[in-house]
Amino acid sequence: MAIEILMPALSPTMEEGTLGKWLVAEGDKVSSGDILAEIETDKATMEFEAVDEGIIGKLLIAEGTAAVAVNSAIAILLEEGESLSDAVPAAVSPAPTAAAAALPATAQAPKQGNIVEQDLPDGTTFKSQTVREAIREAMSEEMRRDETVYLMGEEVAEYQGAYKISQGMLDEFGSKRVIDTPITEHGFAGIAVGAAFGGLKPIVEFMTFNFAMQAMDQIINSAAKTLYMSGGQMGAPMVFRGPNGAAARVGAQHSQDYAAWYAHIPGLKVVQPYSAADAKGLLKSAIRDPNPVIFLENEILYGQSFDVPDLPDYTVPLGKARIWREGNDITLVSFGIGMKYALQAADKLLEMGVSVEVIDLRCLRPLDTETVVNSVKKTNRCVTIEEGFPVCSIGSHISSVLMQEAFDYLDAPVINCTGKDVPMPYAANLEKLALVTTEDVMAAAKSVLYR
Amino acid sequence: MAAKKTSKANVSKDNLMHFYREMLLIRRFEEKAGQLYGMGLIGGFCHLYIGQEAVVVGLEAAAEDGDKRVTSYRDHGHMLACGMEANGVMAELTGRSGGYSKGKGGSMHMFSKEKHFYGGHGIVGAQVPIGAGLAFADKYLGNGRVTFAYFGDGAANQGQVYETFNMAALWDLPVIFVIENNQYAMGTSQQRSTSSAEIYERGRAFGIPGEAVDGMDVLAVKAAGETAVAHCRSGKGPYILEIKTYRYRGHSMSDPAKYRTREEVQKVREEKDAIEHVRDLLLTGKHCTEDDLKAIDKEIKAVVNQSAEFAKESPEPALEELWTDIYAQAEA
Repeated sequence: MAIEILMPALSPTMEEGTLGKWLVAEGDKVSSGDILAEIETDKATMEFEAVDEGIIGKLLIAEGTAAVAVNSAIAILLEEGESLSDAVPAAVSPAPTAAAAALPATAQAPKQGNIVEQDLPDGTTFKSQTVREAIREAMSEEMRRDETVYLMGEEVAEYQGAYKISQGMLDEFGSKRVIDTPITEHGFAGIAVGAAFGGLKPIVEFMTFNFAMQAMDQIINSAAKTLYMSGGQMGAPMVFRGPNGAAARVGAQHSQDYAAWYAHIPGLKVVQPYSAADAKGLLKSAIRDPNPVIFLENEILYGQSFDVPDLPDYTVPLGKARIWREGNDITLVSFGIGMKYALQAADKLLEMGVSVEVIDLRCLRPLDTETVVNSVKKTNRCVTIEEGFPVCSIGSHISSVLMQEAFDYLDAPVINCTGKDVPMPYAANLEKLALVTTEDVMAAAKSVLYR
Repeated sequence: MAAKKTSKANVSKDNLMHFYREMLLIRRFEEKAGQLYGMGLIGGFCHLYIGQEAVVVGLEAAAEDGDKRVTSYRDHGHMLACGMEANGVMAELTGRSGGYSKGKGGSMHMFSKEKHFYGGHGIVGAQVPIGAGLAFADKYLGNGRVTFAYFGDGAANQGQVYETFNMAALWDLPVIFVIENNQYAMGTSQQRSTSSAEIYERGRAFGIPGEAVDGMDVLAVKAAGETAVAHCRSGKGPYILEIKTYRYRGHSMSDPAKYRTREEVQKVREEKDAIEHVRDLLLTGKHCTEDDLKAIDKEIKAVVNQSAEFAKESPEPALEELWTDIYAQAEA
């Protein structure tokens, strides 16, 4: 009985991958444990091993094919003596070309729509870039510009980054400036704070912000407060960055969104970009900023492509929200991956004839409340969207600001769509339920629109 | 205190006079601070350094210009020893605008960029990776400087200290870990809190050399400091000095110190006092007379009294200061 060999999922967030190289040919006999192919995930190139033994009957996907969906058939394995024609006929189709096999990406970013770009020079062209590439480019550009900028963290150098963010940077900048640390977040965060006091501009990569909990004392007590405590004599010009929030199926200890935690702290600046353009422009500004900046990324967004201004030095100022869509009936306010749900809901609301304004906060401290207040004065309704927990959330703070500064303009209570008030469950169905969804946003929007 | 004694050779009269003056300044300053605390002029926590003076004075004698230092909340002595002004330190204790942090840091949080004093940190052990980070920056910049990272026997049980030992050794950072072992982590004696009798030996697990030093002997401290500085400055990586010392006062001003006997404190004061030790050397060596020392006492007293006056008279920070120094402004 022929067996279909399926494209494997090799990371928590992998939905598709590139079939880099076949290490077997049609007609080869394989046994369990033999390496069949090299598969490039969003994080790394992995070897894919055979589980069953048999003979490779057909390679269905040509090597070099990108965007092969997880669980799609990539080869047919025959039993001894079985011929290809005995196998399921439907599975036997000519090996497609690389281009033809490229399946539509399952998690495509919503189209950018009438994004309101600020201050770009006339004639600026755009290039398509993933968030991952944008972050890497931002760091590399700043390291070329300023010798005192360096990158440190777990697996940033020789491993090329746990999420491939720093891929190639060791080659360019050397081990003096791209530094692998031991797994010791508290310690290396403290060393980086000291290095910042001593005249350097460290970029500290946390493999995820969940691990930064170990370093919280150094981030808050040492990095954020020293400028004040020293009467302005010395501070910590540095960036703490890494993925924040839920990836996929990694459970309660690896899924938390810390946006509200850090946004609470005077002395820190807190950035959480959605698009690749903002990731690039804001990270460059963050590295140049003379203060400690928490730069919250998202693992699911790393592989998503956006249009990025093709400029030699593209920066985005910290503390300014971006209006993604202009509209008159309702304001949706979000940041980071929450923008995905906000924009999807905006598409659906548009189909219902609702004119939606979508604001990407981008920066949570300083928080551009002015843009939100002005928008709500126009639309009179507001829904906030974020992945974090509901209590003391970014949304609850915005609600408070709107009550104080736009009370008379509100035609409905502000609703905060958040992650549910539970530790993140592992089970797929429960995890889906725990996260904020486009449906949650739609329900909230309909509620404030009284529809 | 089974620590190494050094010979008293090669110490000039000027050295001894300098040590006497510096240690006495710290002691009289701290006594005055205690007095001002009692009068309600100094608030919050105030951790006095009395008894430990030889540690910072000995090590500062081994430092060069541009070397850095960072310590915990028991920091007044370190600041005076590295040349910060008594006026500015005392005015910070009283929370006045003339203080090193404009009154916004207090006893535990003071800094001087000019004197390369990087705090003044209130979280036990947090200054240790920061000290290694300063050394990291110096190595990166290739400027030949070393950093003294001071911490106590209590902090020596914090995990981040060992995270730092590991990286400092791995990366050959020019940092001297100075364990000021005053035998009590607040109210818990070393015997009750620390598995090792000799804390510096913990460095061996990381390949960091170290030694125990008699912290009541300023000459021994200076000599050990010179060994450590030479090691670090030559690029051999970190060094540990466990300096056995003793604090005469409580952990802070509000500590009744019931965890040790009055006799224990009295015995150290009478038999081991670091200032008395130098005084004896000066007098028995006929380097100076009682009158010379009295003149120094008088001079120090004047400096300290002046600092107290300054600290009382310096105005409280302007109310606008509440909102300044939260964020640094980008340079244009």
